[in-house]
Amino acid sequence: MADLTTNFIGIKSPNPFWLASAPPTDKEYNVRRAFEAGWGGVVWKTLGSEGPPVVNVNGPRYGAVWGADRRLLGLNNIELITDRPLEVNLREIKSVKRDYKDRALIISLMVPCDEESWKDILKRIEDTEADGVELNFGCPHGMAERGMGSAVGQVPEYIEMVTRWVKQHSRMPCIVKLTPNISDIRKPAEAAKRGGADAVSLINTINSITSVNLDSFAPEPMIDGKGTHGGYCGPAVKPIALNMVAEIARSMETRGLPISGIGGVTTWRDAAEFMALGAGNVQVCTAAMTYGFKIVQEMISGLSQYMDEKGMVSTAELVGRAVPNVTDWQFLNLNAVSKAKIDQDACISCGRCYAACEDTSHQAISMSEDRVFEVMDDECVACNLCVNVCPVEGCITMEELPKGAVDARTGKKVGDYANWTTHPNNPSVAAAE
Amino acid sequence: MSNTPLTPGIVSGRLVAEAYAHNFDDLEPVLDGHEAHVAADRCYFCHDAPCMTACPTSIDIPLFIRQIATGTPEAAAKTIWDQNILGGMCARVCPTEQLCEEVCVREVAEGKPVEIGRLQRFATDRVMAAGVHPFTRAAPTGKRVAVVGAGPAGLAAAHRLALHGHDVVMMDRREKPGGLNEYGIASYKAPHDFAQAEVEWLLKIGGITVQTGVELGRDVTLDGLRAEYDAVFLGIGLGGVNALRAAGEDIAGVRDAVDFIAELRQQPDKAKLAIGRDVVVIGGGMTAVDAAVQSRLLGAQNVTIVYRRGQEKMSASVHEQDHAQQVGVRIICNAAPVEVIGKGGKVSAVEFAYTQDGPEGLKLLDDTFTLAADQVFKAIGQTLVAPEGMAGPKLDVQPLARVWAGGDCAQGGEDLTVTAVAEGRDAAEAIHINLMGAVR
Repeated sequence: MADLTTNFIGIKSPNPFWLASAPPTDKEYNVRRAFEAGWGGVVWKTLGSEGPPVVNVNGPRYGAVWGADRRLLGLNNIELITDRPLEVNLREIKSVKRDYKDRALIISLMVPCDEESWKDILKRIEDTEADGVELNFGCPHGMAERGMGSAVGQVPEYIEMVTRWVKQHSRMPCIVKLTPNISDIRKPAEAAKRGGADAVSLINTINSITSVNLDSFAPEPMIDGKGTHGGYCGPAVKPIALNMVAEIARSMETRGLPISGIGGVTTWRDAAEFMALGAGNVQVCTAAMTYGFKIVQEMISGLSQYMDEKGMVSTAELVGRAVPNVTDWQFLNLNAVSKAKIDQDACISCGRCYAACEDTSHQAISMSEDRVFEVMDDECVACNLCVNVCPVEGCITMEELPKGAVDARTGKKVGDYANWTTHPNNPSVAAAE
Repeated sequence: MSNTPLTPGIVSGRLVAEAYAHNFDDLEPVLDGHEAHVAADRCYFCHDAPCMTACPTSIDIPLFIRQIATGTPEAAAKTIWDQNILGGMCARVCPTEQLCEEVCVREVAEGKPVEIGRLQRFATDRVMAAGVHPFTRAAPTGKRVAVVGAGPAGLAAAHRLALHGHDVVMMDRREKPGGLNEYGIASYKAPHDFAQAEVEWLLKIGGITVQTGVELGRDVTLDGLRAEYDAVFLGIGLGGVNALRAAGEDIAGVRDAVDFIAELRQQPDKAKLAIGRDVVVIGGGMTAVDAAVQSRLLGAQNVTIVYRRGQEKMSASVHEQDHAQQVGVRIICNAAPVEVIGKGGKVSAVEFAYTQDGPEGLKLLDDTFTLAADQVFKAIGQTLVAPEGMAGPKLDVQPLARVWAGGDCAQGGEDLTVTAVAEGRDAAEAIHINLMGAVR
């Protein structure tokens, strides 16, 4: 069986599955059970400064988006950082770490944006023997309004400054957690790198309103007739997270900066995708909140089976494997031609491909009187929409035409690689001539 | 085809060849990839899942279904086999509607459970078809264990013992290993010689020597085994059958249902099997249903199950009863045989008395009826044939050092393959602890 052991910025864990800083990692009782269930590491829910702890609302703090069969696809929350006394958290962290030396235990931190506050909290956690710190520059609600969380994460200069303080006042490995509530994720990542961060983790939650109560006319989750934006997470945010991870992994400025991937990881496959795009490990929250700690078992068995099948002996062989294949649109091969193909044996004749193709744009699928659906190669632009709407996995596939074959739609032979930068329709090509 | 379903007497070839092939093929074929995906998607991954609690072998059902859902049926199969090495057979024969699927929260909510049994088969069939046996033996311990009986309990015990590095000699009185999986299950539930294929696959663990045609009490003795081996596991099942205790039960044409089922399983050409035109099956359990259904599938014109108590007390599941009725078996309840009537030395009818079940027991009423019958199957329970020096009704091995028992012959046995597997497995773990404790 493949070896899932990972070494992330010098922090070893038996597998790349860490629980993200969130409600499931708020206390010793939970973290111990998470480790027993098999989680490789835990990022303890964010600690704040010494003093009276923050308070949470006493009404609903989560909102949800469901898919078919009421499957939870997206969750948002308005919970704040830990509302338990600092001393209790520190005592518990130390106790857990003493008993689980082979697991990663990271402490998430969020204190006011001044050097003394950071120096103080770093000194206080020194004694816990935790493996590292994660700077919470991500939370988009509650703390941001107090000048913390995403209020810092949205200003690259602040990120750099705080990271520098942390590296100056602590020898612990430092992970900077990034907010996605920003237009270019590379900027905060670059700032973290400049500040001396050992790694970045992303994404934190996305500003969101999950739904509106149409009787009370207020957003959900609703407290006493009012609602506010909360941080969105779960399977729904994975595509956004994957893109941001890839952007950092392939940027010239941040290339090689270790990444802890976060955002909707629910199965082994999600984790493998994050890792292929450059994440050295993944952090999970919503899946554990939805299904319990036990889901890590499927992640472990699935990833190790996948790695075995691919002949990979360590996770390092997977990390970053897809990064070279992430490119910009202008470099895509415009001479690669595919056609959709419907497997008539697998087809259940629902007609969804037909509706999608007919009413979207291309009218490239025919329908017979006895409900046989076939692709018309002379119309098909290989847009993939039929594949995406088909309820039967593998029923419709995209078949790439070999070089030299004639594209029935254009009448042209499939040629060599050529992209937009040299295309005759590109005005800038003409301008250069 | 010389005979038809109407031909009187016990004759073979009542049906055309294609009918036999159709009747004895897989009753419920394996799910294809799409079906499995849709079925797996319905599982809620319940916490402390009721299905898992209901499974006698405690298979981690939510986990294996999630593994199917995430495209790793191979991992799912491993999850199943970790708890139940005969997961392939159990997927076919378990009364899931009384076990895991009965308590599935979607059964409770929608009357339609997640298809756990069929998903289990999907995963295990796939890995078995690939010839993969995902277990490796521990280093040899030098300990030798005798496993008597190569049925579900013995097979499960042998595999777990071999897994732990012990050398196992598994003996069985029959010609082939498999026990009830090979000889006692309706053919259409495990066609294509699945029982033998599963045994062969199971033996891939290594370290298990199979000795067939070896009977306890005839070829070996318990004392001899205890002297020769470090431990003995008895999974000998129930070798005897209950008598009808009605007049005329020795008349030609009256037969034990278990023998009929075994013969049927071993005959590859079902057209050669003789069956009556008017078949009466006496009993209310799975054996009765299997005998009755297969009588119909062999072309019997009239098949009737007669059970002495109310239908709700039949130990055959409702699902099985429904299936029997769908293939045309008639079920009569609250009637007990009083006499098997012969004509010319052969059975011609059975006389029954209606019964009344009360607090003081079952009472035969004066009202009687007679069913025409040219063949009668007795399916009124099996009994332990205890080894010398031991007594029934179930084996008590407590007083014997280094002897364990499991399956139908043992105290907890309840006539279910899956229970036998659990007991064999657990006995093996107990034996392992016992043997290795002695080493230290």
